[in-house]
Amino acid sequence: MAELNDYPEPLREIMGIFAEVPESERLEMLVDYSSRFREVPNHIATRPFPEEQRVQRCESEAYVFVEPTTEGQMNFYFAVENPQGVSARALGAILQESLSGADVDTIEAIPTDIVTRLFGPRISMGKGEGLLGMVALLKYFARQHKNKQA
Amino acid sequence: MTTQSYAHPEVLVSTDWVAEHLEDPQVRIVESNEDPLLYSTGHIPGAVHIDWVTDLNDQVRRDYLDRENFEKLMARHGISNETLVVFYGDKNNWWACYALWVFQLFGHEKAAIMNGGRKKWEAENRPLTRDVPKYPPATYKAPQRADYKVRAFRDQVLEHVNINGPLIDVRSPGEYRGELLHMPDYPQEGTLRGGHIPGAKSIPWSQAANEDGTFKSVEGLKELYEAQNGFNPDQSIITYCRIGERSAHTWFVLRYLLGYENVRNYDGSWTEWGNLVRVPIEK
Repeated sequence: MAELNDYPEPLREIMGIFAEVPESERLEMLVDYSSRFREVPNHIATRPFPEEQRVQRCESEAYVFVEPTTEGQMNFYFAVENPQGVSARALGAILQESLSGADVDTIEAIPTDIVTRLFGPRISMGKGEGLLGMVALLKYFARQHKNKQA
Repeated sequence: MTTQSYAHPEVLVSTDWVAEHLEDPQVRIVESNEDPLLYSTGHIPGAVHIDWVTDLNDQVRRDYLDRENFEKLMARHGISNETLVVFYGDKNNWWACYALWVFQLFGHEKAAIMNGGRKKWEAENRPLTRDVPKYPPATYKAPQRADYKVRAFRDQVLEHVNINGPLIDVRSPGEYRGELLHMPDYPQEGTLRGGHIPGAKSIPWSQAANEDGTFKSVEGLKELYEAQNGFNPDQSIITYCRIGERSAHTWFVLRYLLGYENVRNYDGSWTEWGNLVRVPIEK
């Protein structure tokens, strides 16, 4: 398991809050984040979204979009097609609010225990894999971009 | 146009029916979802939440809760042996059917599904609330679990394969074909091998549902399972997916809507079969 210090700011601060709140409050916080989710803007992508942007095995039909900058940073966005995909929206909002526009190295290094830290260790395997798939695809795009620049 | 009725029409209730029974003390509405946060965003007034991970699973070994814990769960939600439990949820009632299936391990026959699930309730602009109801504790006496009626275990599945017994794989076509995702750090589906159980036919679970989340008509279901795939009510059929939740939806369809008497759900499913040593696999 990654240490809290392995998380980049300001994501680290969010993770620290989640680590300290009781279960009921954690759920409320996630629901609150989900309500702040902002879908990918039209100038980045429009429907039908390309299959290569789709998160495999995510039951909420999530998509990941990236917009690298010339300075080695990367903006990113999500779409969640299932209107009942609350967890995917919450994770998307947390990542986007905290790390969109960060260096690609930072995005590539997001610890993979982020899902259990946010959603709790008792999240089901299928749900956990779907959410982790969002992180994994984002990291994959960051790595791809870095390799292109190398 | 539907001209035939389901084999057991009493296992489905409409959104209208639920709206008329929100305060019926003989009825308990239960929400069960794929997304564990969904209930917290709002639910049918008076509905309680049953989560398959925290409520229905044994918390140590891979199994379902035992009789004592089922009785406690029922008591906590004010459900007695006489209460009609109406399940609903997201994803075309996928997890609602799964919860109903687990209830059948304890023989709770007073159980139904709200046809169309959350999707239909929301589409009809019916009320949702974030208030979590509290009910007086009920007394519930559960029998010992009788898994054999509705549940198949790996050795039984292997025997079933050896006699060319009919199986339905309800996962996606990609999972059925055993396609792996070749992406570093990408979570695979928790198995060492991909593919399907030999002889299984691929009928993704969601094909049993309409666009609005309701179940297809009897004619539509017969067309899918019987005309297109050759199954019939006299067979002993085993359904499976990855952990047995999607296949509980197909189990429900075959058992109650089409009236197949001998259908069992293999909840070990691919996460067990795909990790077993030397069992046969097709790709």
